[in-house]
Amino acid sequence: MDGGQKTNSLLLTIRDLSIEGRSSNGWTRLVDSIDLDLHRGEVLGLIGESGAGKSTLGLASMGYTRDGCRIVSGSIRFDGLDLVGCGERVRQDLRGKRIAYVAQSAAASFNPAYRLIQQHCEVPVVKGVMTSAEAQADAIELYTKMRLPTPNEIGFRYPHQVSGGQLQRTMTAMAMACRPDLIIFDEPTTALDVTTQVEVLAAIRNIVEQFGTAAIYISHDLAVVAQMADRIMVLKNGRLVEVAETRTMLAAPREDYTKSLWAVRTLAREAEAPSDAGATPVVSLCGVDAAYGSAKVLHDVSFDIHSGRTVAVVGESGSGKSTVARVISGLLQPTRGEVRFEGRALAPGYLARGRDDLRHVQMIYQMPDTALNPRQTIRDIIGRPVEFYLGLKGRAKEERIHALLDQIELDPKTYIDRRPTELSGGQKQRIGIARALAAEPKFIICDEVTSALDQLVAAGILKLLARVQKEFDLALMFITHDLATVKAVADEVVVMQQGRVVEQGPVGTVFSAPANDYTKRLLESVPEMDPEWLDRQIGARRSA
Amino acid sequence: MRDFLQTLKSAPPTAWFGMAVIATMALVAVFAPLIAPYGETQIVGAQYEPWSEAFLLGTDNLGRDMFSRLVFGTRNTVGLALLATAIAFGIGSVLGIVAAVLGGLVDRILSRIIDIIMAIPSLILALMLLTIVGASIASMIFVIALIYVAPVFRLARASAQSVVVMDYIEAARLRGEGLGWLVVKEVLPNIASTLVAEFGLRFCFVFLFIAALSFLGLGIQPPTADWGSMLKENATLISFGDITPLLPAAAIALLTVSVNFVVDWMLHRSSGLKD
Repeated sequence: MDGGQKTNSLLLTIRDLSIEGRSSNGWTRLVDSIDLDLHRGEVLGLIGESGAGKSTLGLASMGYTRDGCRIVSGSIRFDGLDLVGCGERVRQDLRGKRIAYVAQSAAASFNPAYRLIQQHCEVPVVKGVMTSAEAQADAIELYTKMRLPTPNEIGFRYPHQVSGGQLQRTMTAMAMACRPDLIIFDEPTTALDVTTQVEVLAAIRNIVEQFGTAAIYISHDLAVVAQMADRIMVLKNGRLVEVAETRTMLAAPREDYTKSLWAVRTLAREAEAPSDAGATPVVSLCGVDAAYGSAKVLHDVSFDIHSGRTVAVVGESGSGKSTVARVISGLLQPTRGEVRFEGRALAPGYLARGRDDLRHVQMIYQMPDTALNPRQTIRDIIGRPVEFYLGLKGRAKEERIHALLDQIELDPKTYIDRRPTELSGGQKQRIGIARALAAEPKFIICDEVTSALDQLVAAGILKLLARVQKEFDLALMFITHDLATVKAVADEVVVMQQGRVVEQGPVGTVFSAPANDYTKRLLESVPEMDPEWLDRQIGARRSA
Repeated sequence: MRDFLQTLKSAPPTAWFGMAVIATMALVAVFAPLIAPYGETQIVGAQYEPWSEAFLLGTDNLGRDMFSRLVFGTRNTVGLALLATAIAFGIGSVLGIVAAVLGGLVDRILSRIIDIIMAIPSLILALMLLTIVGASIASMIFVIALIYVAPVFRLARASAQSVVVMDYIEAARLRGEGLGWLVVKEVLPNIASTLVAEFGLRFCFVFLFIAALSFLGLGIQPPTADWGSMLKENATLISFGDITPLLPAAAIALLTVSVNFVVDWMLHRSSGLKD
C-alpha cells in the first residue's frame, strides 16, 4: 500500500521454533525446531499428514498458539517485529490488519446471524483502516475480484444463503479487506467438491498475485499445493522433512517420506478380465427411484455389481451417491424399482429382511469416529456380528475375533481390549472393516471410507480392502468423490449427477474417453501434480 | 479399579467434601440403631429440654431425644428419596431411550403423556394424588416417582437422540438387532454419565420434595422421624431463639450441597474428558 514494494525482502522469519501441547501425560512436542523464511509476495506450501504440525505452525506465524499450547523456544519475526516477545496488544493489532487467516471450514467460521458484508467490514472499521462506507465499497470490489456472482448483492446475504465454494471465496475476500502482507490459508478447499475447488483455487491465486500478498498455504493435498506455492515445505511429526522450490520438489523429491507421499497417488489396480456377461450379479439395482419426503433424489438408477469386482460410484455432494447406499442397505425404501441380491428381489426396508440377507450386505462408514461405539471394546464390536450371525460363542468366538484382527493387520493381544478412543483414525477404519468381514458377507458398501484419513493411511486401507476382496471374492461398492481413489481401486465406475447415472462402464474406458460432458468436467477438475495444471484449466474454461 | 482410584485422586476439594458428607450420612443411616442413644419414638424426658449431657441436642415437643430422631431421620428421609429417585430413573430413562430409538408414533405418544405430567405444577399434582390414594409411604414413593419420570424422560430422550444418529447405531440396526439390545447395549452406555449426574441432582430435588410434603403433613407420617416433619413439629422453638429446630433443616441443606458438589464434578468430567 505504501507504493514501493520491497520485493524479495524477508517478511517472516521463524528460527528454531518449538511448540508444545498439553496432553494427558505432560507436554508433547507439536512443532520441533522449525526454521522458516518467507519473502514478500511469496507463497509457501506446507504439506504433511494430520498431526504433522502444519496448522500449529501456520497459527504460530501470526504469533498465536491454541489453548493448551505454548511456545517453548525460538523466535518469530514478522517484518522486523518480534512476535514472541512483543505484547498481546501488538500482536492483536497486527492480526486482521497485516496478517490474516483463512480457515478450513468457512461455514463454521462465519457467524450465521450476520450478513456477510457486515462481517467483512468489521475488521477494517475496528482497526480504523477505513470508514464503514469505504469498507463496503471495497468489499464489493473484492467480491468482483474473487469472481463471485452478483458481487453487488452477494454480501447482503447470510452465510447459509450462499454455496460452500462461494463462502470460501467470501472469506478470502474478507481476509484481504485490510490488504494484509501475509495470509495463512489453512486447507481452504479441503471441504469442497473438485469442480468447485478449481474455481476457488483460481480465485485465491489470482487475488494473491494481484496484491502481491505473501501467503502460507496449508494442505495435505500435494497436487493442490503444487498449483499454489512457489516453495513447498514437507512436515512430519512436527519436524521439517524437506523444503524446496515447487518444481524441484515435484521433479526430484529427496527424502523417502516425500517420495512415499508421491507414491500414494500412483497406486493403481491391475486390470482384471471383464466379468462374465451371463453371470448373475451379486447386487443389482433395477430402475430405482427414491425420495426424501417430496424431494426426489434418485431417478431411474440401474447398475450391477459382480462378485470379486469393485464398482465405484462417483459424483459431487448432492449427486445421490450415498442415497444409493441407503437404498441398497434398506434404510431408505425406493419409490420405484427394486434391489436384487443374486437375482432375487430384496425386501425394500431392512426391517423386513431376513438375518441372512442382512448378513450379506455390510457397510463401512466414512467417519471412523462415529462408526464405532465408543463405549464398547474392540472385542465387543467385532464379536457381536460373529455371535449374532454365526452363532459362535466362547472359545470359537474368541478365536474368530483373533483371526479377524490378524486379517486387518492389528495385533490381537494389544488391541482386543481397547476402546475406539484409544485407536488412531486408520486403526478405527480397520476395525470397521473387520466388523463388516465378521459377518462373512458377499457384498460390502464402502461409503467414502478414506476421505477422513491421511493419504498414506488411506493407501493402507485401500490395499487392505483389495486384499480381503481377493481372499473372499467380495463384491464391493465404493462411494467416493475422489477420482484418484477410483483409479486405485475400481474395475467399473458409475458417474452420478443430480440423482441420475450419467455414465457407466469400465474405469479405463470411462477415464480415457469420457462420453458425457459432466464426466469430462469432473475428470478435468482433479488437480494434477503439474504446476501448470491450474493455468491450463483456467485457460480452457475461459476459451470455452 | 485402578482407573477408579485415579479418578478419585483427581477430584477437587469440593467433591471430596461432598463425598465425605455423603459417606458419613450413609454410615449413619445404616448404623442408626447403634449410634442413636435412644429409640426413634421413645419419650425420654420433658418437652423442649435444653441441650445437656443426657440429651445431646435436647428434646422435642413430645419429649423425644432430638439427636436420636435426627439419626433415624437420616435413614427414613434419605432412604425414601433414594428409592423414589431410583424408580423414576429406571422408568424414565428406559422410556426416553425407547422413544428416541423408535421415533415416530411411539415417540409422539410418550412425549405427549410426559408433557401432560409436566404441565401440572408438581406440588399440586402430588397433593392431589396423595389426597386421592391416601398418605402412605408406598403411595408417596409412587407419586414422587411418577412426577420425576417426566424430567428424566426428557433428558434421556434428548441425549439419546444425539446418539441414535450415529453410524454405529445404524450399523446395529442394519445388523438386525432388536430394541432391547439397541437401548441397553448401544445407547445407554453412551448417555450413562449424563444420567448419573442428573441422578444426583434429581435425588436432591426428591429429597427436598419429601421434606416439603412431610412439612405439609402429607409425607412421612408421625411418629416416624424425618427431617421435614421434625422441622415442622418444633417450629415454635424458633420464636424463642433456639436453633435446635433448624438442625434438621441444616442436615437437609448439607446433604443437598454435598450431592451437588459431587454432581458438578461428575458433570464437568462427563462434558470435558470423554472417558
